[in-house]
Amino acid sequence: MQHTSWHWRLFKGICLALISLFFLFPILWVLLMSFQTNEDILRVPPSPFFTPTLDNYRALIAGELTGAGSTLKIAYMKNIWNSFVLSACSVLLSLLLGVPAAYAFARYRFRLGENIAFTLLSFRFAPPLLVLLPLLLYFQDLGLYDTYFGLIWVYQLITLPLILWIVRGYFEDVSPDIEHAYRIDGHSWLRSFLKIAVPLARPGIAAAALLAFIFAWNNFVFALILGSSDVQPVTVGALAFITASGIQYGQIAAGLVLSVIPTFVLALVMQRYLVEGLSLGAVKG
Amino acid sequence: MADLMLNSVTKIYRPRGREAVRAVSGLDMAVGDGEIIALLGSSGCGKTSTLRMITGFEAVSEGSISLGGRRLNELRPAERNVAMAFEGYSLYPPLTVRDNVAFALLRERAPREEVVRKVAEVAELVGIADSLDRFPSTISSGQQQRASLARALIRPAALHLLDEPMSQLEPQVRAILRARIKEWLKDRGMTAVVVTHDQTDAIALADRIAVMEASRLMQFATPAELRERPANLFVASFIGEPPMNLIEAEVAVGASGPRVVAPAAGSALTLDLPQTAALPAGHRVWLGLSPRHLAVGQGPHRAEVMVNQWLGDQTHLALEIDGLPLTAVAAGMVDAVPGEVVPFAVEPRGIHLFDCAEGAAIYHGSAEAA
Repeated sequence: MQHTSWHWRLFKGICLALISLFFLFPILWVLLMSFQTNEDILRVPPSPFFTPTLDNYRALIAGELTGAGSTLKIAYMKNIWNSFVLSACSVLLSLLLGVPAAYAFARYRFRLGENIAFTLLSFRFAPPLLVLLPLLLYFQDLGLYDTYFGLIWVYQLITLPLILWIVRGYFEDVSPDIEHAYRIDGHSWLRSFLKIAVPLARPGIAAAALLAFIFAWNNFVFALILGSSDVQPVTVGALAFITASGIQYGQIAAGLVLSVIPTFVLALVMQRYLVEGLSLGAVKG
Repeated sequence: MADLMLNSVTKIYRPRGREAVRAVSGLDMAVGDGEIIALLGSSGCGKTSTLRMITGFEAVSEGSISLGGRRLNELRPAERNVAMAFEGYSLYPPLTVRDNVAFALLRERAPREEVVRKVAEVAELVGIADSLDRFPSTISSGQQQRASLARALIRPAALHLLDEPMSQLEPQVRAILRARIKEWLKDRGMTAVVVTHDQTDAIALADRIAVMEASRLMQFATPAELRERPANLFVASFIGEPPMNLIEAEVAVGASGPRVVAPAAGSALTLDLPQTAALPAGHRVWLGLSPRHLAVGQGPHRAEVMVNQWLGDQTHLALEIDGLPLTAVAAGMVDAVPGEVVPFAVEPRGIHLFDCAEGAAIYHGSAEAA
């Protein structure tokens, strides 16, 4: 028996709408908050009806936080830019190092190969706080404290294992004989890697890169300790909204909306690869 | 187009923490220019490892491989000038079948008209002319296999390697394709190595067949010779459909000369051997009787028919003499029902003897007849 009658479809539609509403509600609420003044947000009982204002966004973009009578300079736009630079450079560096490494782990058996791969994965096990203090001391000695380079380096702990292990799985799914066929036709190993292996694993590489980007974007504690406001990303920058004169909910909401936009756009752009990639990984072969 | 020489080629895999595995042991083979040979054997016998060493995807552990007088061991796959059809097809997914087939020629910057002509020719040969503009993922595995075959055959390489080239094809297509491929290779004087586990493919395609088992070369000979003069017990039990009857037996000396008594402990079947077969009495042997040389209908021996199967062009009979099972093949229909006792004769050329200890052949009836 097939449920294709109109009331079944209606029931299904209502269920789906309710589920979506349930999961999207926090995001929706934040979006609404970002167009309200602090007074509107904090009134009791809360109400979805208000006069929308763009003041929150204006303050963020201008970099001037106006609280209860006082004005505070913030660099929120700079923080977003920092987030972008840190995440993008970390992912690019990880791709550059991780994709060839993933290929090597997938195709060749060598001494200590599995141990090296596992050690790289184990970076993800250790809580960041465990390594932060020694890192801070070393970074200060090496002059890496408060530099993009230092943070990008530390971000490799997040992005490199992720890319390495996801992409390795994809390379293992690509038949080595396709590369063999290409090499027998007179191409070098390097060309078969670049022209055959990488394009065939592209969905996996795209998915891994996006995930790594999001993980890097969301990182908080490394940047909090290892950088000052000059290089700090948006996750740390948002702390500025907790001021002496109270928490600026409207500006926090606007800040959140702004900080989500880059990852959101990236996810939309890469959605095609992402879905293809995730489903390819699930159904091997 | 060149001759291929394998000198004591050995492949040893040394997995970490486990015992080394010998995949190929001391393989000696000389393939002439323009010759087609088949590597025949069951799974894991070392035929694919041999192929991978020739292509350069596996390093040669010991020995050397040369092609047209050029040592291959240290050359990269791209420098060896070999073409290969892979068992898993391995077509480039983003290219159409046409581009896949034309790939190597386009890379060599062959003139456009020549590429078009050659692709059409080879597509016609393997029967994929209709699917040239489709992508590999949208065609059946049989068509992919043929496309992969076409991609290898189109290249004017010094050596063509075909790994299970027809495993996915239907029997009718296979029979036609075997003949066409052989003609294509012979017309162009191409040297080829075909890896297969299918005897019919090997016999139909190859000038000579290398039978491999447990990493070793068992015999390297023409199809007729494999049948008439199997070098050892393994080849005797492997070649032929149905394979040779093998019975433990003993050599005795009778009034008229040497004879062989089977089975060793009894005397269900006694066969006279020619005087020239100088064998000591009491020697334990394996007696091989080829099913096609057991003539049912008349003769000095009697056997009970257990099964009588008419296959449309030949009859397979399961016989029994005092509990000793024998298989016989007759060209026509045999009028006998199960349970019936029929007379039969053993043609002298169908008798083979193998040493019990080593399995090496010590006597071939066919050699005597010739």
